[in-house]
Amino acid sequence: MEFHTYSSPHLPAHSDVGVVMRRVLYALVPGALAYWWFFGWGVLINLALCVSVAVGAEAVMLQLRGRAAGRFLADGSAVVTGALLGLALPPLTPWWIPVVAVLFAIVVAKQLYGGLGYNPFNPAMVGYVVVLISFPRELSLWASPVGIGAHTLNLAQTLQLVFANHFPAGLNWDAVTSATPLDAVKIGRGLDKTMSEIGSAPVFGDYGGIGWEWVNLWYLVGGVWLLRERVIRWQIPAGMLGALFLMALAFYLNSPDRFPSPLFHMFSGATMLGAFFIATDPVSASTTNRGRLIYGAGIGVLVYVIRTWGGYPEGVAFAVLLMNMAAPTIDYYSRPRVFGQTGE
Amino acid sequence: MAARFDKLFHFHGGLRLPGHKDQSTAMAVVPARVPPRLILPLHQHIGQPAEALVQPGDRVLKGQLIGRAEGYVSAAVHASSSGRVVEVAERPVPHPSGLTALCVVIETDGLEQWRQRDEPVADYRTLDPSELRNRIRDAGIVGLGGAGFPTFVKMNPGAGHAIELLVINGAECEPYISCDDMLMRERPADIVAGMAILRHAIGARECVIAVEDNKPEATAALRREVQAAGDATVQVVTVPTRYPTGGEKQLIKVLTGREVPSQGLPADIGVVCHNVGTAAAVYRNVLDNEPLVSRFITVTGAGVAQPRNLEVLVGTPIADLVEQCGGYTDAADRLVMGGPMMGFALPDDALPVVKTTNCILVASRDELPPPQAAMPCIRCGECVQVCPADLLPQQLYWYAHSKDFDKTQDYHLFDCIECGCCAQVCPSHIPLVQYYRFAKTEIWAQERERRHADQARRRHEFRLARLEREKQEREQRLRERRKGAPQDTKKAAIQAALERAKAKKAAVGNESVAQADAGEPSTSAADAADKPDSKENA
Repeated sequence: MEFHTYSSPHLPAHSDVGVVMRRVLYALVPGALAYWWFFGWGVLINLALCVSVAVGAEAVMLQLRGRAAGRFLADGSAVVTGALLGLALPPLTPWWIPVVAVLFAIVVAKQLYGGLGYNPFNPAMVGYVVVLISFPRELSLWASPVGIGAHTLNLAQTLQLVFANHFPAGLNWDAVTSATPLDAVKIGRGLDKTMSEIGSAPVFGDYGGIGWEWVNLWYLVGGVWLLRERVIRWQIPAGMLGALFLMALAFYLNSPDRFPSPLFHMFSGATMLGAFFIATDPVSASTTNRGRLIYGAGIGVLVYVIRTWGGYPEGVAFAVLLMNMAAPTIDYYSRPRVFGQTGE
Repeated sequence: MAARFDKLFHFHGGLRLPGHKDQSTAMAVVPARVPPRLILPLHQHIGQPAEALVQPGDRVLKGQLIGRAEGYVSAAVHASSSGRVVEVAERPVPHPSGLTALCVVIETDGLEQWRQRDEPVADYRTLDPSELRNRIRDAGIVGLGGAGFPTFVKMNPGAGHAIELLVINGAECEPYISCDDMLMRERPADIVAGMAILRHAIGARECVIAVEDNKPEATAALRREVQAAGDATVQVVTVPTRYPTGGEKQLIKVLTGREVPSQGLPADIGVVCHNVGTAAAVYRNVLDNEPLVSRFITVTGAGVAQPRNLEVLVGTPIADLVEQCGGYTDAADRLVMGGPMMGFALPDDALPVVKTTNCILVASRDELPPPQAAMPCIRCGECVQVCPADLLPQQLYWYAHSKDFDKTQDYHLFDCIECGCCAQVCPSHIPLVQYYRFAKTEIWAQERERRHADQARRRHEFRLARLEREKQEREQRLRERRKGAPQDTKKAAIQAALERAKAKKAAVGNESVAQADAGEPSTSAADAADKPDSKENA
């Protein structure tokens, strides 16, 4: 009797890239729902737009590169890139912003570098930074969260605004957007205001900004689930959050009037999304255990530096890209001690 | 002393795998029947193949030496039953790459007639260690855990290696395999006695038999045996079930907390490790004068009707064993020798089992599905989490893939034990172990080539020097003959001989001086390499 021969090990596979990516998407759900709850329909429109453009662009590029489109689309990595961009971009932003960001992410940052597994930079963050630098005005218009008394648009109105740049009668950008808490801090600090003055603005909540603190909290919940499911490992989130917290704590303790509290930093902007979903992109991150801790800590420090002294109110995207560059070097110098090695 | 192994250690990585061992442990072990034909490869071990001592037509008796060990690291091969040799030829053997090897094929006569056996040794303690080693060497005993390293070599750790601890490995960590488990349950006395002999040979102060905690019956049986012997320096220790605890280095780490040096041997830290099956084989050899002709083998998987363990004659074709286990089921889809993690898939069941065969796994498609198409590495690092050698499998893969073999060695490729944990957890289904084996064989091939090239170059240079020397001697003789004047021929002859000797000495001591000589016919390195060593390098 004859049999097929394959290489060992022979047991059924434990895991699958598609499964990993799907779990990341599940983990995004609570945070995305909170985001939608506080910031309106624009969030869902961004998500839908980004994911569909991402999948379309991925399919076209795979076709052009002569790869098995079906198999690679099924890995779900394009959906994750699209979803991350959808959640990173401001709601209510004109439709072409997400389109440009996603196209750049998928076509240039991912597929032109060789597709899944070969991109040195986090594709979603490359796309984000491209539109952030190219279209600063559009990227600074953030929908106001519900609960601060600003006007909120319904689905039809949002669609009109996003796709046709058409406001309902009597409304304009000022009526539906407001400075984010990070913006407010940046501007206030630029004007030499004290933190208590800045914090009196209506966008501030209990410890972060209104809405933002909840969105971050739910991303944290999703992230903890990812950790529990072993989709991600603890080193990168711990490194990033730990470093950000310690940086913030040091400056806050030194002069609490000039620097926001560590808790504010933890629950503002893209902190939790970045720590659990963006910095943990395995392809562009460090891969050794010690390296990941360093890599995460580097991001945390850079986020704080950019938020506090940089030109942009939020720094997750830049911090991630900068550390992407450092990842190969970190990997090289953080190789583990091999079993039976006695010092080199 | 008794507290010594109360605290166990753990090694990094590894996997908890479903055991599937119960399938094959329900029935007691019985001897498998003598097959009509035995196929005995002369290379069933690590090291040099044995040299055939029989020819077609020879009648052989059970236990008769048919292959003599060649060189130090080698093992003898014996006829596993009596009969007639019908073939001594290259045949396919169970090998990961489907290689062939010289095999002796015996048509059995069913008589199981033993060769003349010496009187058994009443007390092994009367034999000195070197005598014991020789007996074990002559018995063809190799590591029965799977690697097949000649046992006597491990019994000779060499000067400067005081052995503190003898570990008898009954961990048997791979799923499906239960032959060691059954051996421990049914022949604990053989194991304990074999351990005592091994211990005597290496002078170990302490002994420990390590069994994974998923084999309580085996542990109990061994404990009873050890208690009966009443030796406080022998312990049976249960270790947590975790693949690959049965790996020598991993097991030693679990027991002692110490790590065998990278590229080193357990003896470097005063430990020697033998499989339980090896210990039993040593006992039967020394006390019963039996060479290694049979062993316990698990025949299991959803592809066989009655999974069980059999005591099998080495060289029995697999098909024969499957038949004795009720034959194939409809689900039979894959044939694996060894376990599902490190075993290798066989193309057909006409192949024989060998000394190192612990398991024949006939698996269904559900148990061992065909591999999924590999995706690119996403550098998730799951392989790093499970690697028991603390390597970076993703980096090794990257460099093996791009054939950057220097880099693979920088990343300690040769510390890889090929346990397969990395490939098992890889979400991209990359056959990582295959890449590492490829890189290793490429590096070995390169080294072999380099050695050959070096040798060829040395021979070439030596040949040039010799030709030059001969030419000079010829001219010298000619000159002397031309001088002609035979004033004092005796004196001249002595003088000439002295000069010749001097010239010869100079030429030999100065090989490199005599480089290329335009006047000589050119000799390619390959030419020189073809000539046997003895002629030119004598």
